[in-house]
Amino acid sequence: MNIKENIKTLVIKKPLKLDCGKTINNFPLAYETYGSLNKNKDNAILVFHALTGDQFVTGINPVTKKDGWWSYAVGPNKSIDTNKYFVVCANVIGGCMGSFGPSHKNPDTNKIYGTDFPVITINDMVNAQVNLLDHFEIKKLFSVVGGSMGGMQVLQFISNYPDKASTVVPIACTSSHSAQNIAFNELGRQAIASDHNWSDGKYLSNNTLPDKGLSVARMAAHITYLSKKGLQEKFGRKLQERDALKFGFDADFQIESYLRYQGSVFVDRFDANSYLYITRAMDYFDLVKQFDGNLSNAFKKTKAKFFIISFTSDWLYPTQENKDIVIALNAIGADVGFVEIKSDKGHDSFLLDVPDFLKTLKNFLDKSYSER
Amino acid sequence: MKTEYKIIVDLIEEKTRVLDVGCDDGTLMESLKKDKNVDARGIEISKDKVQTCVSKGLTVIEGNAELDLKQFPNDSFDYVVLGQTLQAFINPEIVIKELLRVGKKAIITIPNFGHWKVRLNLLIKGTMPITESLPNDWYNTPNIHMCTIKDFVKFSKIINFKIFKSLALTNKNISNINNSNLFYKNLFAELGIFLIEK
Repeated sequence: MNIKENIKTLVIKKPLKLDCGKTINNFPLAYETYGSLNKNKDNAILVFHALTGDQFVTGINPVTKKDGWWSYAVGPNKSIDTNKYFVVCANVIGGCMGSFGPSHKNPDTNKIYGTDFPVITINDMVNAQVNLLDHFEIKKLFSVVGGSMGGMQVLQFISNYPDKASTVVPIACTSSHSAQNIAFNELGRQAIASDHNWSDGKYLSNNTLPDKGLSVARMAAHITYLSKKGLQEKFGRKLQERDALKFGFDADFQIESYLRYQGSVFVDRFDANSYLYITRAMDYFDLVKQFDGNLSNAFKKTKAKFFIISFTSDWLYPTQENKDIVIALNAIGADVGFVEIKSDKGHDSFLLDVPDFLKTLKNFLDKSYSER
Repeated sequence: MKTEYKIIVDLIEEKTRVLDVGCDDGTLMESLKKDKNVDARGIEISKDKVQTCVSKGLTVIEGNAELDLKQFPNDSFDYVVLGQTLQAFINPEIVIKELLRVGKKAIITIPNFGHWKVRLNLLIKGTMPITESLPNDWYNTPNIHMCTIKDFVKFSKIINFKIFKSLALTNKNISNINNSNLFYKNLFAELGIFLIEK
């Protein structure tokens, strides 16, 4: 299978100065589009993906052959209606679905970057992706939408490019990664680094993969995406294909088996070094600090209409952190709506079939579009 | 639309900024936008109602007036509207002060506990009054600080705010309240509507 055949790539020629100080140019940005751009070019929505997402938002992902990560929300007649809107999504730089990342070869040394890849930030990610607007000759996006790390990119985007979007929808996110968020990410990174096969990030040159470490990282992270209640209801203490405990360390419980499965399928589609780089970018994200302790200043220049959504059972990016963004916007009289959606599905709620969420997102976008 | 809303719409000047505290399903905000070209924002505690407002294209945040008014800067609205909920707050004094901090003016409506039916209800039956505008039993009512039109007028002197305009709603008829008719309005009005300032 030639994966690359299915990946659209834009080569960004313009030099991009990264927050770490290094400058990159002629780098690839992989993207996908859905729906079609109208004549006025005012129906485009830039969707930003989360930590382990990619540009294949909906439909069948041509690489993994599975449903796109936001199939519930994006598609014909769905919340982000591709009959109406032109949806663009890019793989973040640092990622592993075709965009410039640590599994690419360094043209100077002809070796795979590994951990020689520059550390990137959320700011770098959006500064790379804004080039897509020039590519499609879009002056102003109708909307920027994203959940989790995608929401952080939404916030950074509108802060960097205040007049490049009419509506702004950050979902289940934060303006500043908390100590708890950093702690969980560090747990994942250490799991990868302690896998012998990782070899300081040089595993691709060694033809090995730190899949044990990456799988543990995914397992730990996966727990943080769910709620206690959701886990209890789905798995409880149910046993995995057995009638009694086996008095060993096999997966006795369904939850163990489920997590192991989640870990094992993840390593097939994700690069361990990308996991390090992207979690680092999230940890470095602090829009409050970027604006000297006053988040309102991040949004002072924009006239965009904001709509912020959080979920009751999301303890990774809890409602209060989402509400801090609402407060910062209200403090400057910005146009901001906010709702906390009731759901037991934890942080993952935004990716799942949560009808209240899907309906609210659709209502906000469609109403704003018809009133534009 | 409720007569109460029509009166509020009439009190508000065109092209102003209005915050509707407890905006319910957004009916008032919609007509403010339509009839007065107002930049309307709402706060609503019920998730379902926030979602209804969103489906109408209204800018609403889910929140609680006692906690969430804090986030708005001084004088960020020309009017702040509080419809029939003052009596449900733990501390009405703080709420009124917050309304007048956030808004240059506030419009407050109160179900009148001085209405003759309420008085008669308690006098004759000897139980807590249940009327059309106060349909709950004493044990499940959200209203913990009921007051009369007279109480509200008195309150304006105690905590020091100006009543710019006071209107009484009696059987869908609107009339002015003044010092000389206060006794009667307090007996016959179902609702008091007050435009207040600091």
